[in-house]
Amino acid sequence: MYVDKFQFHDYYLVDELLTEEHKLIRETVRNWVKKDVSPIIEDYAQRSEFPNQIIQGLADVGAFGPYIPQEYGGAGLDQISYGIIMMELERGDSGIRSTASVQSSLVMYPIYTFGTEAQKKKYLPQLATGKMMGCFGLTEPNHGSDPSSMITNIKDMGDHYILNGSKMWISNAPFADIAVVWAKDEEGKIRGLVVERGDPGFTTPETHSKWSLRASATGELVFNNVKVPKENIFPDVKGLKGPLSCLNSARYGISWGAIGAALDCYDTALRYSKERIQFGKPIGSFQLQQKKLAEMITEITKAQLLTWRLGVLKNENRATPAQISMAKRNNVNMALQIAREARQILGAMGITGDYSIMRHMMNLESVITYEGTHDVHLLITGMDVTGISAFS
Amino acid sequence: MNILVCISKVPDTTSKISFTDGNSKFDTNGVQWIVNPSDEWYALVRALELKEAGGGNVTIITVGNAEDDAVIRKALAIGADDAVRINSDAKDSYYVAAQIAEYAKTKSFDLIITGNQTIDYNNAEVGGMIAELIGWDYVTPCNKLDVTGNTCKIESEVGGATRVLEATTPLVISAAKGMAEARIPNMRGIMAARTKPIAVVEPAAISPQIKINVFELPPAKAGVKMIDPENMDELVKLLHTEAKVI
Ligand SMILES: Cc1cc2nc3c(=O)[nH]c(=O)nc-3n(C[C@H](O)[C@H](O)[C@H](O)COP(=O)(O)OP(=O)(O)OC[C@H]3O[C@@H](n4cnc5c(N)ncnc54)[C@H](O)[C@@H]3O)c2cc1C
Repeated sequence: MYVDKFQFHDYYLVDELLTEEHKLIRETVRNWVKKDVSPIIEDYAQRSEFPNQIIQGLADVGAFGPYIPQEYGGAGLDQISYGIIMMELERGDSGIRSTASVQSSLVMYPIYTFGTEAQKKKYLPQLATGKMMGCFGLTEPNHGSDPSSMITNIKDMGDHYILNGSKMWISNAPFADIAVVWAKDEEGKIRGLVVERGDPGFTTPETHSKWSLRASATGELVFNNVKVPKENIFPDVKGLKGPLSCLNSARYGISWGAIGAALDCYDTALRYSKERIQFGKPIGSFQLQQKKLAEMITEITKAQLLTWRLGVLKNENRATPAQISMAKRNNVNMALQIAREARQILGAMGITGDYSIMRHMMNLESVITYEGTHDVHLLITGMDVTGISAFS
Repeated sequence: MNILVCISKVPDTTSKISFTDGNSKFDTNGVQWIVNPSDEWYALVRALELKEAGGGNVTIITVGNAEDDAVIRKALAIGADDAVRINSDAKDSYYVAAQIAEYAKTKSFDLIITGNQTIDYNNAEVGGMIAELIGWDYVTPCNKLDVTGNTCKIESEVGGATRVLEATTPLVISAAKGMAEARIPNMRGIMAARTKPIAVVEPAAISPQIKINVFELPPAKAGVKMIDPENMDELVKLLHTEAKVI
């Protein structure tokens, strides 16, 4: 059976900046990933199938809405704890982390932040226990980086709304019980609402043939005159700031998650470099391989410090969206570069499913695109420092 | 049923083992501590299962310093109700057992469960000593435990056979593999552990019985010798003269 030999790396003793509770949370999620994710994930990714059975495990370990208050079924943990959970999940697989990110930051977070008391009571405890799974529909076939041009819309019919349009590239869509959907009202303002599976006119065809996030289910949301009860709309939030605030929370988690994927690649490559003998010596004794490993741990260490600081700011409610963009962009790119270098250290073995590296590498191609592309986050930083938008 | 579970901190198996003070002291610098596996996986979890099935209370006890609160919190996060820390270094097995016995005598526990051995010194002594010091029966190793009323039905794997016996509470047992399935704490448990009480009790005046003179590391593992499959005679010779297994 596959044995997950991962060992954590903490070059700058960042652990000393964490509480005992943070470390216990990390150990808890890591143990769960080693026990229930690592042994099966490669097989599911190869078959391009989402491992349904892990939903219960994710819920039990507390990966759904860890920072949502306990009265609504969450654990009431801080933002650093949330980041640590995402990091450990993504150390296993970005797809598994995506499932938890979407449920926590893109479904539970908006319901908790913008929902009515009745919506919170109806959905949050069910989402926290995994009895109900959610997805988040913002991207459309013709509107990705530019969601404000979306065409999905709602019409007020007096006692209900009629929803029309479609969303694409939606994580968890094929099995989600509910969808948090962003659509324009008759005034052209973006509104958020909860659509339930089974509502007539609502379908979720699956997107096949992905080379990335193969163990995560992606699909479309198609709305054909779907009747949505009035009580399902978020009453007060209007405009892009609704979905963007969800993305902020998710992107923050991704900036931690990427470190997990990077650590897994580095750890695998480091171990391999000490065991693989060529020209009579371990390949780790050659300068070219050492350069790769040394640069990897340097970049990982920088990312660890960046996210830790971002977590402190987030706990104090002071993290700006632009700061989160910087961390998401830097860390995901860092992880992707490390995956590519680590794969080379493993030579031919690196392309096989016997090691996690190539799976991480392919997964990270999605992670660098979703939740704001690598380019778009750069434009956000550019706009933040110059005060001039280069988007359009 | 009121159950006292004895837990101990041990170095994580990936920790580097080295010594200080002229090789007479274990160097704890940079060591990652974990809850001793058989304490956590078997003793604590079985205690929690018994409580969940029949009610009662699960208290954990450890002899240790304030830095051991981290392993205590983990045990509380898994589900123990409360914790006691005897505020002292764990000096030797007798010292630990005597401190726990002193504490247990002042309370009314029905069952005291220890792990069958710790993965640091592997002494497997504390359980038996506690039983002796408080005058209760002791069963070891326990691979399966069922309780009805005050009767404990215990299965032990001894020398390739299974022994089944019954004993009555109050009782001390040592928990070994098979007694329960390890539980991973969850975020709610971790949050709940924040507010669970840890009673810090000053140690009784007890003298340790053991003084460690020197630690020695085992010799480094020799490399693997590859023998040509054609050369069976050589293999047999080496198994006989070097490995001394035939
Ligand atoms: C596996 C996966 C899961 C996803 N899950 C979800 C989900 O759950 N919910 C959801 O709503 N969406 C989801 N997405 C969609 C994702 O957020 C979008 O793919 C992303 O926002 C980019 O949009 P796009 O693919 O349409 O690319 P485009 O916007 O068409 O971008 C194409 C390229 O053009 C560049 N570009 C665009 N605009 C500019 C500009 N102004 N200046 C310079 N360059 C520019 C981009 O950086 C990119 O390189 C998911 C995507 C994937 C791959």
